[in-house]
Amino acid sequence: MTPKRKKKLVLLLIALAGLGIAVGLGLNAFNQNIMFFFSPADVVAGKAPYERKFRIGGLVEEGSVQRDQQTLRVTFKVTDGGGSVAVQYEGILPDLFREGQGIVANGTLGRDGVFQAAEVLAKHDENYMPPEVADALAAQKAAESVKN
Amino acid sequence: MIPEIGHYALVLALCIAIIQATLPLIGAQRGIPSWIAVAKPAAQAQFFFTLLSFVLLTYAFVTNDFSVKYVASNSNTQLPIQYKISAVWGAHEGSLLLWVLILNAWAAAVSWFSRSVPAQMTARVLSVMGMVSIGFLLFTLITSNPFDRIFPVPMDGRDLNPLLQDFGLVIHPPMLYMGYVGFSVAFAFAIAAMLGGRLDAAWARWSRPWTQMAWVFLTIGIALGSWWAYYELGWGGWWFWDPVENASFQPWLVGTALLHSLAVTEQRGIFKAWTVLLAIFTFSLSLLGTFLVRSGVLTSVHAFASDPERGVFILMFLLVVVGGSLALFAWRGPQIKSHGKFELMSKETALLVNNILLVVAACAILLGTVYPLILDAMDLGKISVGPPYFNFVFIPLTAPLAVLAAFGVLARWRKTDFMDILKRLKLVLIAAVVLGVLWPLSVSGGVNGDLTLGAVFGGVLAAWVMLSSAYIVYDRARRKSDLLAGFRSIPLAFYGMTLAHMGIGVFIAGVTLTSLYSVEKDLRMAPGDVYETNGYQFRFVGTKGHNGPNFHADRGTVEVLKDDVVVMTLHPEKRIYTVTRMPMTEAAIDPGLFRDLYVALGEPVGQGDAWAVRIYHKPYIRWIWLGGIFMGLGGILAASDRRYRMGAKARRTAVLKAPAGGAEARA
Repeated sequence: MTPKRKKKLVLLLIALAGLGIAVGLGLNAFNQNIMFFFSPADVVAGKAPYERKFRIGGLVEEGSVQRDQQTLRVTFKVTDGGGSVAVQYEGILPDLFREGQGIVANGTLGRDGVFQAAEVLAKHDENYMPPEVADALAAQKAAESVKN
Repeated sequence: MIPEIGHYALVLALCIAIIQATLPLIGAQRGIPSWIAVAKPAAQAQFFFTLLSFVLLTYAFVTNDFSVKYVASNSNTQLPIQYKISAVWGAHEGSLLLWVLILNAWAAAVSWFSRSVPAQMTARVLSVMGMVSIGFLLFTLITSNPFDRIFPVPMDGRDLNPLLQDFGLVIHPPMLYMGYVGFSVAFAFAIAAMLGGRLDAAWARWSRPWTQMAWVFLTIGIALGSWWAYYELGWGGWWFWDPVENASFQPWLVGTALLHSLAVTEQRGIFKAWTVLLAIFTFSLSLLGTFLVRSGVLTSVHAFASDPERGVFILMFLLVVVGGSLALFAWRGPQIKSHGKFELMSKETALLVNNILLVVAACAILLGTVYPLILDAMDLGKISVGPPYFNFVFIPLTAPLAVLAAFGVLARWRKTDFMDILKRLKLVLIAAVVLGVLWPLSVSGGVNGDLTLGAVFGGVLAAWVMLSSAYIVYDRARRKSDLLAGFRSIPLAFYGMTLAHMGIGVFIAGVTLTSLYSVEKDLRMAPGDVYETNGYQFRFVGTKGHNGPNFHADRGTVEVLKDDVVVMTLHPEKRIYTVTRMPMTEAAIDPGLFRDLYVALGEPVGQGDAWAVRIYHKPYIRWIWLGGIFMGLGGILAASDRRYRMGAKARRTAVLKAPAGGAEARA
């Protein structure tokens, strides 16, 4: 091997190693930032993990929203008809958050069964339902009709 | 009657598009001049009819013609006139019409401004654009006709989504579409060149100004979207790595790579196949973006209720475009030969690295955006990918770009010595390091305390890009005996490139300082309560009722004090739009070059007059969009360089006369 070729080979190997490390790190980051979605029925059935971030979505249960008088803490329940999960959030809720509205929240499920939301998303279009919520509601409806 | 004429005009446009897509192409392949000559008038006629259709839809909005379903769903008699006009592209059907209109405007522009391009080439380009137009016109007419009537005719319309009743949203979609669709010109040039079997430097030169202008529009469009999200969504963020944002950012990244590789292809006649692929992918990603936004498969602030049939149509169209053009590439690709050699250490390599980094960054974002969709489509579970992933992969991939920009600009074609360039830039580097430390320090100013490694890294990077860009211009001007004459001798394209690179630096400074030193507080405030940050005291005075043209509002008053003196009064609002019953947060912002003060109202808390109040202090946030403006202006300067406007003959002589150092100048 001529010295020139050797130099090229070394450069190529360095580039490949760099690429490998980059891809590895990237995929690792990807893995750690994946958030799964669970419907309230899944959570009630114990399918969701504790203390790991995930997303939950459903309708805000009528009459369940309780605001703290002195802080910005809010608790409410999300439901898909098959189960209902208490959610706690501290901060300012989005404009379209209200009872009966479909929302998606991300955060972690505590051992006490209360979902601590880090972020609550409601959509900006009246007719719009987050796809996950729509699917969860449809799945629940289907399950019920099978039971009947 | 008027809406039917609009509909009819669209059908006519479709007929013309079919002619435009076929006759000139066959003419160009077989060498029939009269068929080739059809291309330009067809493109102009198609533009005329889509424009007519668009104007008639606008007319229906302005005259409150609620017998048209689209108008009834998106307008209202109380809606202010400027929003009646922007409501034309406020929802799915109309925004598709805008898409088609802009596509035809670009095609008409090609027919007007391509006198120096051979007629055969123009015919092929317009043919390809005609094919794209057929797809979108069919889509509009079959699945989303904006002229559909409704019966019984409602008394009043359902009003425009309040989020869209805003200046930013009046201009954001047209700009973005100008960018998306503009890349169809670059795409059409690439396909036309493959069809004609003529891929040379001239092809790259013809397509360069078009690509640059499309890139300018996309840049401005994305920046406008970010600005709008910041002040209108009421949570003060400027980028969320939201799938729809990503959808517009992917074509931008690949389009930026395309700009740089076109430069290599034009100057050196190499990277040809790669450039063609980039042109195909840029436009395909634009289509993918349209698909993602318009199909309703995404959970995003941009996702609106829509019909699954539409998504399938765009997906099929996307497959035809990508599949067809890649098949053409597979067939013609082997004939594309690049001549010219270059050493490992050369400008070519620098630009290659630029391209690789940009494309890999785009792929990483694509993975995070599309993977959840694929998983969902295959019923393997619902996941989403969080912003930390995007930050983690994006920053390490793009930071080297910022470091290398100056080296790339200073490098010579064929062979260069990077150590020598480093020596020339030694002083700039030292200055950048000093400034990069002092800058974040001046912002953190003891309030937020720490000078983090990230802040220094971002600061040095920003200072490096800006200072080295300025130095490079000075360095070039210095070669002439008279500095002023030196500055005058530098071509516009070079100034454009420098300005765009500086924009990157300004952007990095904005991102770094805003992300690391913003103060964001959600508080419960009763009248009289005070919150202090960064030397400002925010005093919540209270709220009052207030009526707008089509909304009621709670209007808050927040006094901002500096050293116990009131320096300004901010009025954030919480609006309820009367027709849609939609609540909207209207933040009050005091903008500044070095900091924004941002106050928004949440909801009333508890008894009494206490409210949830959001108070932000955001240093340097304007620099993020200022960077975008710099990039846009740079692109315009570059596209208006006179060498694109010279006739073919004049160009040939100019190339012969160009001095030896000219090649570097024209990068």
